[in-house]
Formats: sequence, C-alpha cells, structure tokens
Amino acid sequence: MVESLDSYDFSSGGFGEFGGRFVPESLVAAVSELEVLFRDAWLDPEFVNQYKEILTSYAGRPTPITRCNNLSDSLGIELYLKREDLTHTGSHKINNVIGQALLTQRMGKTRLIAETGAGQHGVATATAAALFGLKCTVYMGAIDVERQALNVFRMRLLGAEVIPVTSGSKTLKDAINEAMREWVACVHDTHYCIGSVMGPHPYPLMVREFQRIISEESRPQINALLGRDPDYVVACIGGGSNAAGSFAKYLESDTILVGVEPAGGAAIINGTPGVIHGMRSRFLQDEYGQLEEAQSISAGLDYPGVGPEHAYLASLKRASYYCVTDSMVLDAFQRLAKSEGIIPALEPAHAIAWVLKEAGNEIPLGSSVLVTLSGRGDKDSETVARILGQ
Amino acid sequence: MSTYVDEYVPLEKELRSKRDAGKKLLIPYLTAGYDQDWIVSVEAIANAGADAIEIGIPFSDPIMDGPTIQAASQRALERGTTPISIFSELAKLDVGVPLIAMTYCNLLFHAGFERYLGWLKDGNIAGTIFPDLPLEEAGEWTELANRAGVANIFLVSPTTPTLRAAKLCSATTGFVYGIGLMGVTGVRETLSNSASEIAKSIKAVTDQVVMVGIGISTPSQAKSVVRDADGVIIGSALVKILLEGGGPAHAFEFVKSIRSAIDSL
Repeated sequence: MVESLDSYDFSSGGFGEFGGRFVPESLVAAVSELEVLFRDAWLDPEFVNQYKEILTSYAGRPTPITRCNNLSDSLGIELYLKREDLTHTGSHKINNVIGQALLTQRMGKTRLIAETGAGQHGVATATAAALFGLKCTVYMGAIDVERQALNVFRMRLLGAEVIPVTSGSKTLKDAINEAMREWVACVHDTHYCIGSVMGPHPYPLMVREFQRIISEESRPQINALLGRDPDYVVACIGGGSNAAGSFAKYLESDTILVGVEPAGGAAIINGTPGVIHGMRSRFLQDEYGQLEEAQSISAGLDYPGVGPEHAYLASLKRASYYCVTDSMVLDAFQRLAKSEGIIPALEPAHAIAWVLKEAGNEIPLGSSVLVTLSGRGDKDSETVARILGQ
Repeated sequence: MSTYVDEYVPLEKELRSKRDAGKKLLIPYLTAGYDQDWIVSVEAIANAGADAIEIGIPFSDPIMDGPTIQAASQRALERGTTPISIFSELAKLDVGVPLIAMTYCNLLFHAGFERYLGWLKDGNIAGTIFPDLPLEEAGEWTELANRAGVANIFLVSPTTPTLRAAKLCSATTGFVYGIGLMGVTGVRETLSNSASEIAKSIKAVTDQVVMVGIGISTPSQAKSVVRDADGVIIGSALVKILLEGGGPAHAFEFVKSIRSAIDSL
C-alpha cells in the first residue's frame, strides 16, 4: 500500500497537469486536513489492517475471479470477470466507503454526506454509516431517484436521508453540486464521502487507493490461473473509480488497460480540459465552458466529467479509452445473463459490450481479458425490462 | 493612511479612498442576463448608491450559490446569455461606479487568460472574483489581471487559518471578501455571529478594505455588519426581488434602503 503513494506528487495534488484542488475558501482547510489525515492513516498499519479486516469480515472480500466459459468459447478469447458484484451491497463502491467511514471516525466527525447516480454509492455510504453509527444524507438527482427507486428504498431502510436534487439536469452532476454546497455549510461535523476518483485533491488519490484492493487481489488471482498477467484489463468509466482500482496494480506491467465510457458521456474521448467539481480534468462542455449534460442508459455513468487520473493516463497513452452505445450495452447485459448466468449492472455491461465488439478485432483471438464486473444488475432490471417492453 | 500609492489598481484606489474618508461601502450583486431588463437594473442599483456592482456571469454548476442565484443563473443560461453577450451589453453602459465580474474559474480557463482579459476590457470591468479559484492556483491570473489594472479579489472564510488569511489579504487586490457565514449564498432570516467575527479577524491582519458578504439580506443586518466591516455585499436578497418580477424600481428601493441603513451608523 505504502509504495503506491511514492510516485504521487502531493505538492501539486495532481496527476501530471490534471487534478488540483479548486475549492471555495471555506473548504480549503477541510481538504487540507483530509489530505494529511489520509496520508497518515494510509501509512499506519493499524488503520490499513482495520480497513482490510472489515472488507473481509463484513464486505465479503476477497471477491473471486470467474472464467466465462461459454463466452470464451464463442468469442475465441479467455474472458475472466473480477466479481465486485459479489461484495456486500453489490458493487465495488463498498471498498471506498469503508475507508472513508474509518477516516471520518478518525477525524471525530459524526455525519457522512454523499452524491449518488445509480444509487450504488449512496447505498454503500448508507451502509457504512449504519455500521459506524454515523448520520447520513445522500443527494441524488430527481431523475435518478425515479429511475433507481429500489436503491432509494434501500438507502432509507438503512437509515439515510435521501434528498432529490431538482436543479440543473437533475442527475449526478447536480447531486455533486448540492453535496458540495451542503459540505460548505456543515464542514465542522460532516465528511463528504465522494464516490469516485474525482473532486479536489486528495479525493482522486484517496478513492483510487481505497479501490486499489480490486487489482491487489486480481493480479495474484489471475496469475495463479494463467501463470502470467492478463493481456487486457477492462473496466467501465463514469468518474472512473472501479477502473482506477482495477488498473492500479497493472500500471507498471505490460497489460493493456482499457476504460470504456458511455457514448453519451465520453469525457475522455469527446471532452476538453476544464476545471469543474474541484479538479482539472476533461469534461463535456460548450464553447464557453458551461458543463453539458451526459446522456446514458446507466445512471452511474451519467457524468459529463471523468477523474483526473484517467485524463492523465489517457494523455500518457498508458490506458486506452473507448466508448459504447446504449444499445450495445443492452445486448451485453442480456448476453452475459444468458451465457453465464450473471446479470451485470448496466455500468460494467459497458465493459462487456466493448469486449463483445472487439474480440477478434481490436482484441486478438486467444487473448486473456480480465473485466471488472463492478456491480450486479438487480437495480437495473426494471429499467431494462421497460426498455425491452417486457 | 491618506496616500494612495500608484500600484493600487483603480478599483482598490477608489474603494480605499472612500473607506478612508469614513464612508461605509455597499456592493450589490446581480446575475447578468436573468431577464432582458437586467442592464436597466444595473443602472438602477448604481443610482441607488452602490459603490461598486458585482456582475454574476452565469455558470452551469455554481457550487457556492444557493437556490436564488442558481435559479437566476439557470434562467440566464436558458435565455442564451454568454460571457460575450454580457460584456458587450456592459460595453455600452456608463454607470459611474466600478463593475466586478464574479463567476467560476472554468469560464476563465476555458476562454484562456488573454481572451478573458480582453472580454473584461470590453465590458469595462474593474475586478474579478472566482470563488473556486484558490490562492495556490491563482498566481498567474492575478499577476496578469493586476498588470492590466484589473483587481482579483480573494475570499477569506471563517475556517481560514490566520496565517493563510494574511497571505490572502496580501494577494488580494481591490478588497478582501470576508465570507459572512459557513454556507453558500442565500437569504437568511438572522445574521450569523460569524459575519462580525470575520470582519474583525480580517481587520486584525490587514489594512485592505474589508467587505463582508453571504447571508446578509436586510438593512438592519447590513448596518450591524458595517460596525466591524468596511462594507457589505448583498446578493441573493436583491436577486430574489428581481426574479420575483420586482424590476429595476424595486431593486432601486431595496438598494437605497441598505444604503441609508449603513450610512446611518
């Protein structure tokens, strides 16, 4: 864990030209404190052990790797899934919130606030809050509240207050705005538990580190199966937290890293550099720098920006980024269910969709491909049923 | 304190001279482009006794703004308002008091510093405020703006440590913007104690003009704040009147009432 911080430039709070800490003055003290506290905690074996113990005994880690036998046969590649869908709460989001809830406790704060798109991060935050006895408020775009009713119910059941956000586009970006506003008012007792590798420094680094567990597990697991690293690691990208965690251990390897964005929210492919939500990164924006709305079937990827580390990895060409359309995602969602008996969330269905499209094309036949299945599809079943007219 | 050294940018020279003459200062804020009469409202506010006017350039994701200014910004953007349309309308205006452009830093970075500075000159803008551009990221812009005679105003918050507050006060030009309460812009029924506290603590580290804003909504609140501050910034309360259709006439009355209150101290 410790060596992973060595290459990070704390002085600039950045990943190359991306990152930074563009927050209102009222939050400067809080993010500075968080930076110091996170660094101390992450270098403290007791903290790291506690974090890992909770991930094991409570969240169900380590998660297995599953070989997709039927799809591997029909695609002519070796397809493996890192099963984050099998964690407690059903997505990789739990890895991050356990870390941040522990930090919150260490800071002596008593309340968590969070933004959520699909509701997975909201559910994870509400879960951690219940576990640690913290109060919890989740901001969620009014449109997402509607399309993710099940997760709204789960959050409330877990004791969280869910506040529908009706400003702007009423989706994830507006939920982030509202959470930031609340944080400015309540920073003395409240920690903002950001759900992705985005926002002001140290969040992109901190959340990456809390998600690093994905590749810390997967690299030895896949090596035990293949006797070597996989040819590809593929993950979906909204803000980019599961991808950042999935890539982390392979950055220095020869493995090809692929991030898959939704076509309607492809901030790396179609975005331009900007400074929004506390960070310098890439965003979909108009000719004056007004943030544009993303459009995706998946509420969790419905974000017009991306974490700064991905903007950086793209600029270095260390990772490659592609996008897939909603209809490709729907096909992938169904195909994984029918071929492997696994219903993916719509978010990782983007990663699957890219593999389905590129097997035998961009991905040479015979390649080994490890896809992070970042969450399970229960929450999306209703949406997909509606679209398929069933 | 009666000499005004040449390196003061014009906005600072003007505000310091008024302050040093014993005057309390008033800077109203309004969001540009919220309706077609916005420019008439700017004139009305100037005539009502503003010492400077803060012009909000609408941004899609204003994280330091509460519901009122969010609504005004959204309405302005929906009307097709852009920085260029705003600065070109302001170019035709001569209200006799300095104008300050407040917006979020993505608009600055997206335009590029030189281009943005060109827009400011077109609009006769004397100062800039970017609430999400922290000291550490603002060096290059501040230098460029100041060299062009444009002030760049930094904010100091109740949570700002004293040493940092001193740094902000020496980096700011024009005035220091003291944040009156921990929260975003918006009308509050009662004045936070922190409004006077912030003025006192900033005064302790600087001789800059200290303006306090955020959460100051009424004449009596304004009067209370200027016991410690050099002046007040009033935003949401005014924008609310304008959004509710009050028009330039009501805006004039409201600003005048604040003016009288702070002058009566």
